Amino acid sequence: MNGAAPDVLIVGGGIVGAACAWECSLGGLKVMVVEADVPGSGATAAGMGHIVAMEDSTPEFHLTRYSQIIWNELVHEMPAGVEYLPCGTLWVAVDEEEMAGARRKQASYLGRGVPAELLDARQLAEAEPSLRSGLVGGLLVPEDSALYPPVAAQWLLTQSGAEVRRGRVVSISDSGAQLEDGTLLTAGIIVNAAGAMSSKLMPGVPVTPRKGHLVITERYPGFLRHQVVELGYLKSAHAAGGDSVALNVQPRATGQVLIGSSRQHGATHKEIDRPILSAMLRRAEEYLPGIMDLVAVRCWTGFRATTPDKLPLIGPWPGTQRVWLATGHEGLGITTGPATGRLVADLILGRTPAIPAQPYLPARCGHA
Amino acid sequence: MPERIRIIVDGRELHVDRGVTVAAAMMNAGIRAFRQSVSGEARGPLCGMGVCMECRVTINREPHCRSCQTLCEDGMEVQTR
Repeated sequence: MNGAAPDVLIVGGGIVGAACAWECSLGGLKVMVVEADVPGSGATAAGMGHIVAMEDSTPEFHLTRYSQIIWNELVHEMPAGVEYLPCGTLWVAVDEEEMAGARRKQASYLGRGVPAELLDARQLAEAEPSLRSGLVGGLLVPEDSALYPPVAAQWLLTQSGAEVRRGRVVSISDSGAQLEDGTLLTAGIIVNAAGAMSSKLMPGVPVTPRKGHLVITERYPGFLRHQVVELGYLKSAHAAGGDSVALNVQPRATGQVLIGSSRQHGATHKEIDRPILSAMLRRAEEYLPGIMDLVAVRCWTGFRATTPDKLPLIGPWPGTQRVWLATGHEGLGITTGPATGRLVADLILGRTPAIPAQPYLPARCGHA
Repeated sequence: MPERIRIIVDGRELHVDRGVTVAAAMMNAGIRAFRQSVSGEARGPLCGMGVCMECRVTINREPHCRSCQTLCEDGMEVQTR
């Protein structure tokens, strides 16, 4: 590059790296982004693009809700290709036990100032006619939404004015980011925003990949109105090990239906795993009997960046002078990308963040 | 002489020979817009051999049928949107 080294070098041009670039540039910092592939083509392109406020824990709620509020301001400036769809999330209960879970969840949302409406069986059927009969009810969280993340990531990168350099980083240390071709990129601060790859670049970072599958259909406008998620999702999504599938389906602005979800620890190959794919589709069919009549046009996989305590790693990496992390967002990186960028810029610039940053600091991992 | 049959395209009756594809029947009737792209542009048959997917129509309420690969049947109902 020409001129002085950037203030901030961001490794990874996914939604998290793009949001970091955008916020750091807004804060007056000189930013460079290095990306191994097309920006936004990793987990950013593989995920669903569900913008969802989660209330499992206070730190998770703070980050998701804060980010959702930032998203709501940003999407109106973004191009139509971002396909913003304010579809809400409909959590579905199959039995009384799950309905009790829906009630607890509603109380939690309402207690935190997020609208959430309990639906009985009839209201559920009216809200989402493609669901099978016999379901007990659900919880509608109307302020959640869906969008197409690669377009958002590319817009954030372009608007940030950051220099975007193509290159594959193989290691990150205080001396800089080392590229595959031997080039060493230096900067005041180097941010590892490489998602599921971040531990490959910095051994010791507690991030492991968790594979997921998705299927997208042809256009069937009206088949699905909300992002529909089974309440059992939280059990399977948070299960420590093993492979799991759970209903998580989303209407796209185009009328297409995005069908998920699966989780596999330890799977490192991108190839479609047919038994998992079948189990995932059968799970969707248990809730949406008509879904097997839809024509699928594509299926793919991606890798979530998972941390041991399910919270992302945002901030300085202990034991280094200038290496920071912005990674480990698991299945919530699209939701939490913008808040992550804001926090990184706040911490670099010495501003007081709007939410406590401490729960996400990498120092909690006890790395020396 | 081939048997004459009748299909209905967007409410309009077309009389065709048995053995004719839906795409051919529609093209012969002067229909060019078979469906709309995601941005609302008109789309119609391109390859005529079932590959390009541009000629899809709704046939007897089943969406996304390739009209170039479907033979007309008497009473068949076709919708272009």
